[in-house]
Amino acid sequence: MKRKYSIFSIAKNAFKGHKDWPKMWRSPEPREFYDVIIIGGGGHGLGTAYYLAKEHGLKNIAVIEKGWLGGGNTGRNTTIIRSNYLWDDSAHLYEHSLKLWENLSTELNYNVMFSQRGVMNLAHNEHDIKEIKRRVSANNLNGIDSLWLSKEEIQKKVPIMNTDNLRYPVLGASYQPRGGTARHDAVAWGFAMRADEMGVDIIQNCEAHQIKTKNGKIEGVETSKGFIRANKVGVVASGHTGVLAETAGIRLPLQSKPLQALVSEPIKPIIDTVVMSSAVHAYVSQSDKGELVIGAGTDGYNSFTQRGGFDIIEETVRAMVELYPVFGKMKMLRQWGGIVDICPDASPIISKCDVEGLFFNCGWGTGGFKATPGSANVFAHTIAKNEAHQINSAFNLDRFASGKLVDEHGAAAVAH
Amino acid sequence: MLIIDCPYCGPRDQSEFSNGGEAHVKRPDGSAEIGDREWGEYVFIRANPKGIFYERWVHSHGCRKWFNCVRDTSTDEILKIYKIDEARPKLDSFKNNVKTPSGEPSLGSGNFTVKK
Repeated sequence: MKRKYSIFSIAKNAFKGHKDWPKMWRSPEPREFYDVIIIGGGGHGLGTAYYLAKEHGLKNIAVIEKGWLGGGNTGRNTTIIRSNYLWDDSAHLYEHSLKLWENLSTELNYNVMFSQRGVMNLAHNEHDIKEIKRRVSANNLNGIDSLWLSKEEIQKKVPIMNTDNLRYPVLGASYQPRGGTARHDAVAWGFAMRADEMGVDIIQNCEAHQIKTKNGKIEGVETSKGFIRANKVGVVASGHTGVLAETAGIRLPLQSKPLQALVSEPIKPIIDTVVMSSAVHAYVSQSDKGELVIGAGTDGYNSFTQRGGFDIIEETVRAMVELYPVFGKMKMLRQWGGIVDICPDASPIISKCDVEGLFFNCGWGTGGFKATPGSANVFAHTIAKNEAHQINSAFNLDRFASGKLVDEHGAAAVAH
Repeated sequence: MLIIDCPYCGPRDQSEFSNGGEAHVKRPDGSAEIGDREWGEYVFIRANPKGIFYERWVHSHGCRKWFNCVRDTSTDEILKIYKIDEARPKLDSFKNNVKTPSGEPSLGSGNFTVKK
């Protein structure tokens, strides 16, 4: 059934007390066999299923998810979207994604609340200035909007920022006007709904236990709802991708760590852009509800506990209060952690592997949300055609043998 | 935050320590003969289990000595700390509480150690 949303459907349902909204997707039991199984029902996984069905004509697809849709890192990130990466390969990948974001609400007929409020990356020392200016120039060469802001221009945009009276003064910033934020849950729900309409089975509470292979070919996935055969399997399980790969005897260059974030009590609009600072490690935006959404760092050790150490939060809050003294008396509402899978070069892996029919989309580390539609789009292409799209050809597994890494530590939001 | 029992200084906050990743990683023999792929594995690939993990720590803001540790990454419980020259404790000497490959009960998401 096609679910259409418009101002009329909202008005109609408002009169009925919002009791008749149809379910957004079915909850089917798994079939015995699928052409493609996607492991992981977050934004990237659901998006992959959507593009497989829409652009590649595959119909017999399942997305299996151990919990609920978007309950992993899709619902745990700080929703920042930008494409100001240094190297050509990453710039093309993230810009591909940003272009899809710009049309996503229309395409899905579902409001993902994409708000292009601009993203600022602060420079706090001489080296930051050089690195950020270089990145601005590289972005411009790749046709990505990016500009250098002086201290005065920053003060005009974000008057509450303390630029001078702090240990690492603010000296300037890069600014990407097309960057911004989106509603993270809505992305998962929008993709899920439209994939479901095209016949994709979305199976929640179905945990992948083991990826089964035979003679170098994929057989299927052993799950908590029994064994499901498949021609192709795409693993998009963020922090747990390495664990699943291990069950198929594949070792991936990933380390899983908790990454934390926190939100404040809601306040009136005070900051209308996204401000990030890698050097002092604080980044912030204000949600539509009025909460400040604050990103903290990763813990220094591997863990799957979705908690994170308090010292990390303390460091971020310290930097926040120094940069924005006005936030000093605010209360924080919630803190949480998500398990991110970090690659040695801070770039993702969107690749096939030695096992025929087995594909990985992982290694997004601390910054995968912005890439959701782009990553899903090229991963669907990779699965359908058995070869990488031009945009993700550099993000293969072979780079860890050839040494042709895509080193994006400088553009990653969180140092790791 | 973890409390780590430094074998030289005693129990201290984890923020005094730095993690050194997987322990007991051996540089491959015959470096002239092995291919790029084997080198790549040695350089870039480290164990990343959900469950029992052998790892290194250094007491950066204390005695600055390195030591090894066995920790359950699904609960962050430290199971054993031993000096760098001591033998690697056997895996079956630890009780593995992880129930599935991803380490969680067969139903539900989130982390059971947090829910507990």
